[in-house]
Amino acid sequence: MDILGVLQKLALESGFAAFFITDGGWKNLVMILIAFVLLYLGIVKKFEPLLLCGIAFGCLLSNLSYFVGMGTNALYHPELWEAFLDSTSPYYHSYGHIMSHCGLLDFFYIGVKAGIYPSLIFMGVGAMTDFGPLLANPKSLLLGAAAQLGVFIAFFGAVLLGFTGPQAASIGIIGGADGPTAIYLTTKLAPELLGPIAIAAYSYMALIPLIQPPIMKLMTTDKMRKVKMVQSREVSKTEKIVFPVVVATFVILLLPSTAPLIGCLMLGNLFRECGVTDRLSDTAQNALMNIVTIFLATSVGATMVAQNFLNLNTIKIIILGLIAFSISTVGGLCGGIVMYKTSGGKINPLIGSAGVSAVPMAARVSQDVGRKYNKNNYLLMHAMGPNVAGVIGSAIAAGFLLSVFG
Amino acid sequence: MTDLVNISLPTAGGYALLGYCVVFFGLILLMIVIMVMGKIMMAKNTAPAAQPEAAAAPVPAAPAVPAEKAPGTAGEFKLYNTDPRDAAMVMAIVADSLGKPINELRFISIREVKEDEV
Repeated sequence: MDILGVLQKLALESGFAAFFITDGGWKNLVMILIAFVLLYLGIVKKFEPLLLCGIAFGCLLSNLSYFVGMGTNALYHPELWEAFLDSTSPYYHSYGHIMSHCGLLDFFYIGVKAGIYPSLIFMGVGAMTDFGPLLANPKSLLLGAAAQLGVFIAFFGAVLLGFTGPQAASIGIIGGADGPTAIYLTTKLAPELLGPIAIAAYSYMALIPLIQPPIMKLMTTDKMRKVKMVQSREVSKTEKIVFPVVVATFVILLLPSTAPLIGCLMLGNLFRECGVTDRLSDTAQNALMNIVTIFLATSVGATMVAQNFLNLNTIKIIILGLIAFSISTVGGLCGGIVMYKTSGGKINPLIGSAGVSAVPMAARVSQDVGRKYNKNNYLLMHAMGPNVAGVIGSAIAAGFLLSVFG
Repeated sequence: MTDLVNISLPTAGGYALLGYCVVFFGLILLMIVIMVMGKIMMAKNTAPAAQPEAAAAPVPAAPAVPAEKAPGTAGEFKLYNTDPRDAAMVMAIVADSLGKPINELRFISIREVKEDEV
């Protein structure tokens, strides 16, 4: 019995040995370290932990696969997806080929690729969102529109930095501050950039309380920040029930490419408001949302393989994402200032920054900054209007980019 | 046909401007639709309310005390003899006790109960 030979074979087949003998393995080691950093940010710093923990662990698993034999033991196979996207390959758009060779994370990723998870997340968001403040003050929609400025400036900036049209569109949508929309659009237009774009989108959403206040302070005066807004009108139950039906019909007819996102958002909201589907609303808000979040986060994390992530483009995307977020905030505040002027000083421009989607974080920032300058100022409900308008606005922006570049 | 993959800067600028305009156009139209919907709903709500009022006209109604509402609130939330600051604290305490985010709770009204009312 050759004990030494067996031990040597085991040692050489182990992932630890592969660290040192695999060509280019150091890149995957770097990715594993990045996964640890992301886990730290999610768990210790609480940066969007529900998503970042899953993304980080997905990244860890897919990069560990590199050291345990890509073909057999791997959880995620980038080469399968490359063939899926290559129009010259016999497996172009063949889910059958993926299914017959896939690992666990490839299987999860089918839901991302088919646009299922982002749409289901939108259903949960719809079930959790009260559109009452928007119905009470429909002019909030203008702020939601103004705050999409960063999407298009970042798109232009990305083209300037050498990205292709579809890639630039996917990078630009980070400015919408809406993770599911960013993932949905990127999967359709530039799946090779999914990892960095998802990381940028969710990291900056978590950093909104740090990014927005300095810009808000810079763009508004003390007098503007102290404005107390009057109470909005009461919204009837019927209005809240009719709203999702009207919005879905209207927006989908206007921009059919928004149908999966807006359709699911409004379906979730109808479950919430109609009063006869409490069980469905509860499921959409909790169980379904949690299950889909697990699948979405781990499979998006799995796409962060070294060859896709460790390059100059990732740094460019991180920078462009920050620019997109900042300019969207500026756009929303500009809209707020215009409304402040035209309303004779009755509207507090700070609610404009909440137009950058990121529900309800951006509205909370408006509330916090407003209260800092006037202890009796309660802007939260007023800011929720532009905040939910931003969700619809970013979906329309994504629909436009998809119809142009899709 | 414009090359959308290797897109030129002027074309990108044009699409960026067009996209921003489309977002505004879509949301302005939606704003108009919501405003019209709101007017119709409010008209419907006031019409049935006016009828019982007319029927009850012979009976002298007690003067209604307007409810004191918190400045800066929206929707159905009403405050009666309660300071907005106290109301905010009450809401925060309730949310904390229930272990739910405050934006997932719906407060209808908060009223201060005086000791002699207990």
